[in-house]
Amino acid sequence: MNEVMDLSLVDWSRGQFALTAIYHWLFVPLTLGLSFIIAIMESIYIKTGNPEWKKITKFWMTLFGINFAIGVATGIILEFEFGTNWSNYSWFVGDIFGAPLAIEGIMAFFLESTFVAVMFFGWNKISKRFHLFSTWMVAIGANLSALWILVANAWMQFPAGMHFNPDTARNEMINFWEILFSPLAVNKFLHTITSGFVTASIFVAGIGAWYLLKNREKFLATRSILIAAIFGLISSIYLAFTGDISAKLVGEKQPMKLAAMECLYKGEMGTPLKLFAVLKPSNDTSRLNFPYTKMVIEIPYGLSLLTHDDPKAFVPGVKDLIEGRPEYGLLSAREKIERGKIARQMLREIKEAQQDGDTEKYLELKAKFLDPVFQKNYFSYFGYSFFKEPKNLIPNIPITIYSFHLMVLLGIYFIFFFITIILFSFYGSIEKNKFFLWIMLLSIPLPYLAGQSGWVLAEVGRQPWVIQDYLPTLAAVSHISSSSVQITFWLFALLFTALLIAEVKIMVKQIKIGPKDH
Amino acid sequence: MIRNILNFYFEGFKSMTLGKKLWTIILVKLFIMFAILKLFFFHNHLNSMFKTDKEKSNYVIEQITK
Repeated sequence: MNEVMDLSLVDWSRGQFALTAIYHWLFVPLTLGLSFIIAIMESIYIKTGNPEWKKITKFWMTLFGINFAIGVATGIILEFEFGTNWSNYSWFVGDIFGAPLAIEGIMAFFLESTFVAVMFFGWNKISKRFHLFSTWMVAIGANLSALWILVANAWMQFPAGMHFNPDTARNEMINFWEILFSPLAVNKFLHTITSGFVTASIFVAGIGAWYLLKNREKFLATRSILIAAIFGLISSIYLAFTGDISAKLVGEKQPMKLAAMECLYKGEMGTPLKLFAVLKPSNDTSRLNFPYTKMVIEIPYGLSLLTHDDPKAFVPGVKDLIEGRPEYGLLSAREKIERGKIARQMLREIKEAQQDGDTEKYLELKAKFLDPVFQKNYFSYFGYSFFKEPKNLIPNIPITIYSFHLMVLLGIYFIFFFITIILFSFYGSIEKNKFFLWIMLLSIPLPYLAGQSGWVLAEVGRQPWVIQDYLPTLAAVSHISSSSVQITFWLFALLFTALLIAEVKIMVKQIKIGPKDH
Repeated sequence: MIRNILNFYFEGFKSMTLGKKLWTIILVKLFIMFAILKLFFFHNHLNSMFKTDKEKSNYVIEQITK
């Protein structure tokens, strides 16, 4: 198996996974953030005893319920796809993926299912404090259940805490805590859930703005907007902070992704950070030439500072990573391919010796294969052996850089957006500023766009890997017919589009009804 | 205790308004996912070809080393 395999099968399988993940991620962030906003609102109700706050809480709880009901279980389809379209990958990752996903299932069931029922059915039936406790548990449970899938995703980007068993062709978990607390996993979790908090804050502020534009529900609208703006500002600042850590980690663990997201071809000391760039299409087939940028806005030394906290630090570019820079400890892609081939050949020989019943040879090869020096110097480049051409180790640069820049620009916008709302609210003039109310309403889709851009950056930027350095995407797919993947692609597109339309219709209807008739 | 819990859920479901529509969507969605998609389109590729883990291992090793 190598680069000549059926690329249409790989592309359709990737397309299907992307479609499912994108749709799934339309539902999840609102659940993550709105659950906390509701919990804050109910806490205010309990503290003040003001029934208006109960009405506000119940109104947002209804919208939370709609989103939760329509989005629930959409992620299970991703698990179907693992078994059908990505069977080599599913087998190869072994229990690394299984354990976190099993924990997610149990946690989601016990925490969310139990307390969601208490949260919706428990008004006036249980004590106010226990109801509030349930609401907080829903928020915590929803966010914690996101932890496990993100841990699994982080492991794919930075494999740790495992060892590969050459007999079973599976990775085995040797240190659960190393997987759970890998810096990438912790930061990815915090960055992702915080993006959900920002999404929900803009959603609440936008709906509040709509009520003010319609001159309705003033108390609900102004209070909800203020809560959302404070929660959103704290979240968006923290989002920028975790984004900064994320860039450092990418530079350390996935330097090719960093080079791609900055369109950096030739590394240098004191690398500038591209804030904005427009790329020129290029016919260069080597993919190793200098950036074809039409227009660029840069911050001098910015990338060196961002990734190494040192304005003069060296940041490798695409060309450095492909051709190698021994003075910076960078092996060339050709060298990695050769080392990967040695590991692959040894794995093949282990299997052959086992099948031939040559125990002595089998044991000797296996011992050599498991030797830590061989693992570090050869097996850690296993995935490179699937490539003939080093240029195929370069991700799609335009998609990566544009998604990165879009995410960052929107992230900056969100901070100013929330500051402006707080200032207007402080001076009591938010209701009068129709223009800004319209901006608030029209901003509702933006955090979704930013979140999707973040995922595109994370997943396209790490190509060609499904497990960084160990398993390329083209080797992870199942050998099934490409047409069957196409059929299910369209079935999913239909199902998810129907769900999205249902969500928007029910949500809009409920917003129009408002809290009074609820 | 168990009776109280069951009553709590029963009363909760009975008094739902919008929830009924949402539960219908959830059930239809789960039916499509598990009774149609999973059953007819999403067989576990390795499980459908092999019975034992040994066979699956051999197949995957062959796939990633050929």
